[in-house]
Amino acid sequence: MVECLTGKKILIKGNYAIANAAVLAGCQCYFGYPITPQSEIGEFMSGKMQELGRSYVSAESELAAINMTIGACATGAKAMSSSSSCAIALMQEALSYAASDELPVVLVSVMRGGPGLGNIYSSQGDYFQTTKGGGNGDYKLIALAPSTVQECVDLTYKAFYLAHKYKNPTVLLADGLLGQMMAPVEFKPYPYPEIDNSEWALTGAKGRNSRIIRSYAPLADEQCVFLEKLFNKYKQIEENETEWEEIGTEDADIVLVSFGSTFRNIKTAAKICRQKGLKVGVFRPITLYPFPHKRLNELADRVKKIISVEVNMGQMINDIKLSVDGKVPVELIHKPVGAPPAPEDIAAQVEELA
Amino acid sequence: MNRIVIDENKCKACYLCIKECPKGLIKVSERTNNLGNKVVEFCDPDKQCLGCAMCATRCPDLAITEVYRG
Amino acid sequence: MSVQVFKIPNSLKKDAKYTFCPGCDHGVAVRLVAEVLEEMGLTENAILAASIGCSVTLYDFLNVDALEAPHGRALAEATGIKRARPDKFVFTYQGDGDFASIGLAESMHAALRGEKLSAICINNTTYGMTGGQLGPTTIMGQITTTSPTGRNKEYYGYPIKIAEHIALCDGTAYSARVSLDSVANIKKAKQAIKKAFEVQVKGLGFGFVEILSTCPTNWRMTPEQAHERVKNEMMPVFKPGVYKDITVNNQ
Repeated sequence: MVECLTGKKILIKGNYAIANAAVLAGCQCYFGYPITPQSEIGEFMSGKMQELGRSYVSAESELAAINMTIGACATGAKAMSSSSSCAIALMQEALSYAASDELPVVLVSVMRGGPGLGNIYSSQGDYFQTTKGGGNGDYKLIALAPSTVQECVDLTYKAFYLAHKYKNPTVLLADGLLGQMMAPVEFKPYPYPEIDNSEWALTGAKGRNSRIIRSYAPLADEQCVFLEKLFNKYKQIEENETEWEEIGTEDADIVLVSFGSTFRNIKTAAKICRQKGLKVGVFRPITLYPFPHKRLNELADRVKKIISVEVNMGQMINDIKLSVDGKVPVELIHKPVGAPPAPEDIAAQVEELA
Repeated sequence: MNRIVIDENKCKACYLCIKECPKGLIKVSERTNNLGNKVVEFCDPDKQCLGCAMCATRCPDLAITEVYRG
Repeated sequence: MSVQVFKIPNSLKKDAKYTFCPGCDHGVAVRLVAEVLEEMGLTENAILAASIGCSVTLYDFLNVDALEAPHGRALAEATGIKRARPDKFVFTYQGDGDFASIGLAESMHAALRGEKLSAICINNTTYGMTGGQLGPTTIMGQITTTSPTGRNKEYYGYPIKIAEHIALCDGTAYSARVSLDSVANIKKAKQAIKKAFEVQVKGLGFGFVEILSTCPTNWRMTPEQAHERVKNEMMPVFKPGVYKDITVNNQ
C-alpha cells in the first residue's frame, strides 16, 4: 500500500488508512495487542513492518505494548501503539510516564463502548480518558480527533509531527465508526519536516556524558521546576497548535459542536435546521487538547445557544461550558453509545431547544 | 610493596572488609568521616598484604578504590 | 614494579557514591555490572532500562544512557529500545519484586520472544525500598512487615524460583543463579554476568542472572549475619547454578 502515493484516490478502511499513514510517516516500530474495533491496525503492521525491515512486536499486553513504545521513542525513533477504550485504560500509567519523560509516543485510540468491557460499538466515551488523563499527576496529551477517513491519514501524519516537535505523547482519537468505515482516501507523502532529536535521544554515551530519561525527582523543588517547565511547553502547544473547523457560524443563533465522526451528522442537521428557518452553525474541535476555548468564547459573544452533540453521556460539554464561561446556555444532544444520532433527530431536538 | 587505598568518605562502616582480610590488616579507626561513620583503616607495618583484593571485592561501597601488588 | 590489581571501573561515574544502606550487596552487584561493561567494551554502546525499587538508583552511578521504566516494565521498555536500535547493548537491572512480581509477564515474555537483551535480577527476598514487605521471593517462614508470623503456604503461597522459570523459556540463551555471600561467589557472579551479556552480543537470545543478595536493614541483621543468612537459608532454597546455557553443547 506504500505505493499509493500517486495522488489517486483509493477506497480503504479507516484502520488500514491509519496504519498505512503511520508507515508513510516513517514509523519504525509498532507495538500492539489486539482489541476490537482496531485490530486491523496491528494486522496491517505485522506484515508491512516486516516487509520494510522495520519492527513489529505482538506484545503480551497493552501494558507491555505502550512501554515498548516508550522504549523505542527514548532512542528517538518514530514509534507507535494502537488500542481501544478499556485497553487504553491499561496504558494510563505509561502515558503519565511518557508525558513526564517528554517522549514522542504516538498512540491511536479507536473508541468503543464503555465503561468496563462495554461493547464493540462505536462510542465517544473516552473524551475524558484522553483529554483529562487517567494517569497520575499533572500532564497533558496532545489529542487529535479525525472526522473522516481522509483525516485519519492527515492527522496520523500530524500526530507523529507534533509528538516529535513537542516531545509529548500524542493521541489520535478515532472511534469504531471511523476505524471500520471505508472511504476514498488520498495518501500524500508525509508533509512535515523531520525533527532533530540528537540532543536528547538515548544512543549510548559515546563521546558525551550519559543521559538519563526519567520522571523520578527526589526533591520537591526539582519537581516544582520541572512542572513549571512542562506547563510552559503546554502553553506553547496551546498557542501554536489549537485547531478547529467551523461552518455557518457568522450569522448563527445556535452553534452545534461535535468532534470526530459525529461532525458529519451535525453538518447535515444544521442544513435541515436552516431549511426550517433556524440560523444554525457548526463547530468542530480538531485538537481536543489543546481545546479551542478562546474561539468558542468569542462565538459565545454573538450566538444565543451552544449545543454539544456527543456519543456519550456528555463529556466535551464540560469543556464547552468552561470556554463560554456562562455567557450563553450550553445544552446537550447525545446518544450513549453506537452510531451518532441521525441528522433528522438532531434537527428535531435543536428545534425543541431553540 | 602490596597495598590498598581506602576512600574514607565512602566507608559506611559495614566492616565486611575486616573479616575478609586473610592477614587481619584492616581495622576500625578512631576517625569519623563526613557520613558520621567510624571508618576502617589499613595497617600493614610488617608488609604482610598479599594484594589479593578480597577486601575490595567484598566492599559494597567502592570505598576500597585501589589495590596494588609489587 | 607495582601492578594495579583492583580499580573502580570507568563505567562507574567518577566519585560515584552509592546511596544504598551499609553492607547492602546491591553495591557489589552494580560494581560487577560496571566491571563487565568495561571489560567487554560495552559502556559507550549500552542503554539501560532501569527499574523501580532500590535498583532504581543504578543510573546515578553508571556512565551509560538510561531510561527509567515504570515498576515492572523494564523489559518491555528494553524490548522497545532494542527493537528500535538492534545495534545497541541493552540491559536491565531489577529487583525481585520488579522482575518477578509486578513485571513477571514482561520478564517472561521478553525471554519467550528471545529478545536479545540481558537482565540482572537482585533477589533479596523482600521489598527493600518500601521497608521490607513480603515479596515474590520471600522464603517460607520468613518474617517481614506484611508476614508478621512468617510466610506460610495457606496464607501467602510459595516463593518463585526465577532462574529456573526463565531457563524454561525457549528464547532464553543463558539463565543462572549466583550469590554474593562470599568473595569466591562474587567472582562466579561476575562470570555469570559476563555470560549473560555475551549471549546478547552474539545475538543468541535472552541472557539472565539472578543474584542472591542481602538486605541487612530490613532483615534486621548485621551485614555479616546477612551473608550467613544467604548461605544458610537462601541458598538451600534458591540453589546457585547455571540453569540454561545454549553455548554449552552438552546442555
